[in-house]
Amino acid sequence: MNNQYTRKSRIYYAFTFTLIFLIALTFLFPLYWIITGSFKIKKEILSATPVWFPSEWVTTNYANLLAKRSAPLFEIGSFVGPTIPGALRWLLNTVFMSAVAMLLTCFTASMAGYALAKKRFFGRTILFSLIVAAMALPKQVILIPLLREMSSLNLYDTIWAAIIPVVGWPFGVFLIKQFAEGIPTEMVEACRIDGASEWRTFTDVMFPMIKPGVGACAIFTFINSWNDYFMQLIMLTSTKNLTISLGIATMQGENSTDFGLIMAGSALASVPIIIVFLIFQKYFTKGITMGAVKG
Amino acid sequence: MPSNTQAKRLISRRLVMQENVAAYLFLLPFLLFFVGFVLYPMFMCVYTSFFDATMGREDIFVGFRNYKELFSDPVFWVALKNTAIIVVVSVPITCAFSLWVASAISRMPVAATSAFRCIFYLPVVTGSVAVTMVWKWMFNNYYGIFNYLGQSAGLIDKPINWLGDPKYALGCIILILLTTSVGQPIVLYVSALDNVDKSLVEAAEVDGATPLQAFWKVKWPQMMPTTLYILVITTINSFQCFALIQLLTSGGPRNSTMTIMYYIYYNAFKLYRYGYGNAMGVILAIIIAILSAVQFRLGQEK
Repeated sequence: MNNQYTRKSRIYYAFTFTLIFLIALTFLFPLYWIITGSFKIKKEILSATPVWFPSEWVTTNYANLLAKRSAPLFEIGSFVGPTIPGALRWLLNTVFMSAVAMLLTCFTASMAGYALAKKRFFGRTILFSLIVAAMALPKQVILIPLLREMSSLNLYDTIWAAIIPVVGWPFGVFLIKQFAEGIPTEMVEACRIDGASEWRTFTDVMFPMIKPGVGACAIFTFINSWNDYFMQLIMLTSTKNLTISLGIATMQGENSTDFGLIMAGSALASVPIIIVFLIFQKYFTKGITMGAVKG
Repeated sequence: MPSNTQAKRLISRRLVMQENVAAYLFLLPFLLFFVGFVLYPMFMCVYTSFFDATMGREDIFVGFRNYKELFSDPVFWVALKNTAIIVVVSVPITCAFSLWVASAISRMPVAATSAFRCIFYLPVVTGSVAVTMVWKWMFNNYYGIFNYLGQSAGLIDKPINWLGDPKYALGCIILILLTTSVGQPIVLYVSALDNVDKSLVEAAEVDGATPLQAFWKVKWPQMMPTTLYILVITTINSFQCFALIQLLTSGGPRNSTMTIMYYIYYNAFKLYRYGYGNAMGVILAIIIAILSAVQFRLGQEK
């Protein structure tokens, strides 16, 4: 009786495993198709019968991509750097944007998260409700006011216009607050009684303990900012200021059936961030689950 | 000793003061960004919705005219209907699918669990532009694999213009949306299943519960907060699906993939009607607030 039961559940187990394995393959397929597609020759890309594996690997698509647009490496005032392929400049812009957004978010969110978790202050409940409400709101709702605000601040079409809204987004604060709440208040109080200043208490006692939370916030912000196509789309227009995703989307508008070119661009936009994700996966997963715990 | 208590009160008041000042100093950098670039635009969104606003001239106050026009705009109703379809179809499928995957992979060895979790998360990390581009190719009329697979399986007899046909376009969008929205719920469910009180599950099994009973009667109630959170974020995500539509169909063909999100963008960037777009944003925010409140209420009742 018992034996029969386990046998049945073993069959069920094997069946679900196979099914999930197959579904996982279909989830991997788009990525496979991007990467192989970016190395295929034109004839195999434009074939009605799909070529599952490239018969020869060529880099023409990448060469085309780099030759399409060009932009200066940098500009400081009227001093203009050497001209480089547009796609490389976009990649640099994207790395800069994501890194700055990440650093600023970690800085502001770790302090604010600490204050929200461990300090009693006037307006605390209201502030926290505002944070939760803002997180539930799609960013697109505030797109028009944000756009006008950025142009009146002369930030429109600069990379800062794509960075600042990411930093203002309260998810990082929420995440670090959740983490800081798990740290015993006695630790903070003991430090204060020993005569340490507020700032020292934060940097020497609190920060080292919330570091894993800050790490999760960092990787989360980096990846989200890299992929925040919407904000980039409304804020950036000139060729030299585009991000890699936005640049590829723009190119696609002009070469809509040159799939080799577009796949090369897509690979350039996605492979770096996938590598970052795979390296820091553990922190990332922690960030997602931590942000979900109700507080 | 009245003077002593008075002194104490003074000291404690000063401490409270100090605590307040310190807290706000810690909050200050964040508040600059949050108030300046989230709360202020939110306020302006509501405020400008009562104006006829566009580029290069002063806003003109029009009262509720934007809202009146909105409710008599047929495209708005189509957009609302399509948005509703996307939410109603994708939210339950996403939740059920991710629960199924999570409960299956959480029983596997640790390495397999994390490998699968990672694979299902990949479409999110890949980024909406790259994902959209490759799907555009796969759905292509002449060179796409869907037409090839459909024809060789005998399901369709001639190539279908998937994204150019009002009958299929919205379905294609929903399919892509599904692949990019199950990643996060799976991660959340796997960790929720890990945190289920093991002793309760064992007790139920000792009492002769089948795995299925143990799941629904013991684990499921404990995962309710997670389910609630997943419902809320998936709903918001479905409302937000924008890149897919902007890059694949631009709301077409014949408005069959027009959503509120895209219509706001269209009004702002193609027609420069800022006041009208904001009025739509306000309505959208109200809809989402009501939905989230309802979901929370339902979750708490259970």
